[in-house]
Amino acid sequence: MTASTTAERTPAAPEAPGAARVPTRSRTILRGLPLVPAVVLLLVFLAGPIIYCIYYAFTDMQLTGATTTNFVGLANFRKAFGDDQFYNAILQTLIFTVLSAIVGQNILGLVIALLFRLATKVLRSIVGALVIAAWVVPEIVAGYLMYAFFRDEGSLNEILKFLHLPQQNWLYTLPILAVSLANVWRGTAFSMLVYSAALAEVPAELTEAAAMDGAGVWQRFWHVTLPTIRRSVATNLMLITLQTLSVFGLIFAMTKGGPSNKSTTLPIYTYQTALQNYEIGYGTAMALVLLVIGALFSLVYLRALRPEAD
Amino acid sequence: MRFRKLATIALTGAVIAPLLAACGSSGDSKNEIKIAYQRSTDNNSRIMDNFLAGVKKQFEKANPGKTVKLIPIQATENDYYTKLDLMMKSPRTAPDLAYEDTFLINSDIKAGFLRPIDAQVKSWDQWSQFQDTAKQSVTGQDGKVYGVPDGTDTRGIWYNKQVFAKAGLPANWEPKSWNDLLSAARQIKKKVPGAIPMNLYTGKAGGEASSMQGFEMLLYGTSDQLYNPQQKKWVVGSKGFQDSMNFLKTVYSTGLGPKPSQALDANISTNINTDWFPNAKIGFSIDGSWTANNWISTGPKPWKDWTKDIGWTAMPTQNGQAPGKTSMSGGWSWAITKNAKNPTLAWKFITAMQTEPNAVKYDNASQNIAVRKDVAADAKYQNSSPTVKFFTDLVAATHYRPAYAEYPKVSTVIQEQMEAVTTGSSSPAKASADYDKAVADIVGNNTTKDSGPAK
Repeated sequence: MTASTTAERTPAAPEAPGAARVPTRSRTILRGLPLVPAVVLLLVFLAGPIIYCIYYAFTDMQLTGATTTNFVGLANFRKAFGDDQFYNAILQTLIFTVLSAIVGQNILGLVIALLFRLATKVLRSIVGALVIAAWVVPEIVAGYLMYAFFRDEGSLNEILKFLHLPQQNWLYTLPILAVSLANVWRGTAFSMLVYSAALAEVPAELTEAAAMDGAGVWQRFWHVTLPTIRRSVATNLMLITLQTLSVFGLIFAMTKGGPSNKSTTLPIYTYQTALQNYEIGYGTAMALVLLVIGALFSLVYLRALRPEAD
Repeated sequence: MRFRKLATIALTGAVIAPLLAACGSSGDSKNEIKIAYQRSTDNNSRIMDNFLAGVKKQFEKANPGKTVKLIPIQATENDYYTKLDLMMKSPRTAPDLAYEDTFLINSDIKAGFLRPIDAQVKSWDQWSQFQDTAKQSVTGQDGKVYGVPDGTDTRGIWYNKQVFAKAGLPANWEPKSWNDLLSAARQIKKKVPGAIPMNLYTGKAGGEASSMQGFEMLLYGTSDQLYNPQQKKWVVGSKGFQDSMNFLKTVYSTGLGPKPSQALDANISTNINTDWFPNAKIGFSIDGSWTANNWISTGPKPWKDWTKDIGWTAMPTQNGQAPGKTSMSGGWSWAITKNAKNPTLAWKFITAMQTEPNAVKYDNASQNIAVRKDVAADAKYQNSSPTVKFFTDLVAATHYRPAYAEYPKVSTVIQEQMEAVTTGSSSPAKASADYDKAVADIVGNNTTKDSGPAK
C-alpha cells in the first residue's frame, strides 16, 4: 500500500497532504516491520548455516577425538589439492554430471517432449505417466530399484539372457555408467516437463512459415524451434546440473562409491570424510569446492541467457 | 493509525515469538533421564528396544516420580555414531546415558563427551563380576573407567557340512593353519562345482566387517598387529600385514572366494547368510558369533536344520603357532555423558540394568557373549543356544581393536587396500606400502616397525 492511497482513504488524517508523501523515518521502520520475521528466518536458517559452513572449512573441526577446534587457514584446501582421491572425486562428479544430466536427461527429455507432439493422446498419457513415475519415486527407492536392475543376478541380465545377448556387470566394471544411467532414468521427467511446456509456447505460425519457405524438419528444429526455446534450455540445464552435482542417495544405495572409488563423486567423498572419518573441517572444505563447481556451471548457463544473442 | 501501528507490532511479535521459543530448550525436569541407543535397521529386530522397555518399567516402579525417556536412533552403525556424537556435542541435545561402541569410546573420551565413573564402580558390588578384558575395553588412555560393558562378541569360522561332505572334508573340522583353510577351499573348488569355496569379507562395501572379520582375523593370527601398546605407536611395514594381504590375494585371484563383483556387493553379508549358507552354495565363511541369529525361528531366514547342517570352528593362527587359534572382539557399553543433566539418576539406571538376571536376559536375547563371570556360568545363558559356549570360550584367545581416535580412519585405509588387492589393481606389496604411507599421514608419523611381544 503506498503513501498516497493511505492518504486518500483517510482524508480526515491530521497530517498535511504533502507530509504523507514524504514518509518519516519511524514510518519507514514500521513499514519494514512485517518483513522482519521473513528476514530473521532467512538469516537464521539460510545465511547462518552457510556462514558456519564457510567458517568450518577453515578449521580442523572433528566430530570426535578432539576437544578443541582450531583455525587452520587454507590447510584443508592444500590437503585436498594434494589428494589423488579428491581429484578422482572431481573427475567422477564431472563425468556423472555431463553424462547423466547434460547429455542424458537433457537430450532424452527434449526428444520425448518433441515426440509427444506427434504422438496420440493415449500413447502420450501412458509414456508420460511412466516417465513421471520414475521421477516421483523417492531417491533411495530408485537407488535400490536400479541396484536390483543392474546387479549380477538382476533383471537386466535376466532380460539379456532371455534374448541370448552377452550379460553386463557394470556395477562392478563401469559403476559410473550404471549410476549415470540410473540418474537418467530417474531425472528425465523433469526435463521432459520443462521442454513440453516450452514447445507449447512456440508459435505455430513460425514453424509453418518456415515450412512454406522450404525448411525441412531438421532445419525447422535447428533454426526456429531451438532459438525460441533457448531460455528454457538454459534454465533446464542450470537446474538439472545443480541437482545432479549434489546427488548422493542414488549413488550411495547402488555402489557406496565403489568399487575402488570408481563411482565416488564429491558428495560421496565428502560424506566419507566428514561423517565416516569424522573430519568435519576437511569435509566441509570439499563441500565448498563443490559449491564453486556449481557456481562455474551456473555462470556458463547465465551467459547463455543474456539477451544480446536474441 | 495508532491501531495499525499497534497491530503491526503485535503481529510481528506474534510471528517471531514462537520461532524464538522453538529455539529454546525443552525444559527438562530433574526427574527425567534420557537414554540414546541404536535401533536396528531391520524392522523385525527390536531386541534392545524390548530389553530397555522392560528395565524402564522396573526402574520407574522402583523410583516413583522418575521417568526414563528412550531415544532410539534407527541407523546403520556408522550413521549411529555420527548422530550420537552430534547429540553429545551440544548440552541441549545430549542424552544422560549413551550406548557406546567400545572401539570408539577413547575417541569420545578424548573429545570430552563422557565422564569418568571410577567412584561409582568402586562402591558397586557388581563390578567385580566383570572380566578384566571387558573392563580394559571401557578404560580410557588416562586410566579412568568411562563405561559399563554389557556384552561382547567373538569371531570364528562357520562351515556348511553338506558342502564339506560332498568335498570329502570332515564333519568335525579343525583347521590348524592358514594352509589348512586354503587346501580345504581348493578341495571344495575341485569337488563341488557351483559352490563358492569360502568367504573373506573385503573392501569398502563390507565396512567394518571387512576390517575385522576379514583382515584383522588374519593379521592377529600372525606375530604382528596393528598397534604396539608398549610403545604407543602404530605398526607399519610388518611381515604379518603383507602375509595377510597375500592370503587375501590367493583367495580372490585363484577363485577360492566369491567373484570380486559379488564380494564387493554392498549386500554380501545378507547374500551369504540368507542365501548361500542355507542353500549349500558356500563352503565356509569367517564371521561373527551372532551369525546364527540369521537362522533362528525369529531371524530373517528361519532354517530349522541349521544346527545339523552348519558347523563352527576357531580361526587358526598363521602357521599354527601358540595359542593355535585367534579371534577378534568388539562390544558395547553404557556411558554417562559429560553434558548429562542427571548423572546420579543415570548411574542408578545402569545398576538397575546390570543386575545378573537382566544381563542374562539381554545376552540371551541379543546372542551377545557375556562379559560377566556370573552370567557366563549361568545355565540359562549356557543353554540359550548351541553355539554360545564355543564362542564364549574364544574370549580367552581374543583381541580388541586399538580403540583410539585414529582407528576408524585406519580401518577405512585397510578396507581400501583390501579392495585394491581383491580387484587386482594393486599387489600385496604395494598395498602394504600404500597402507604404511596413509597410516603415517593419519597418525602424524607416530609409527613403529616393531609389533612388540606376541600376545
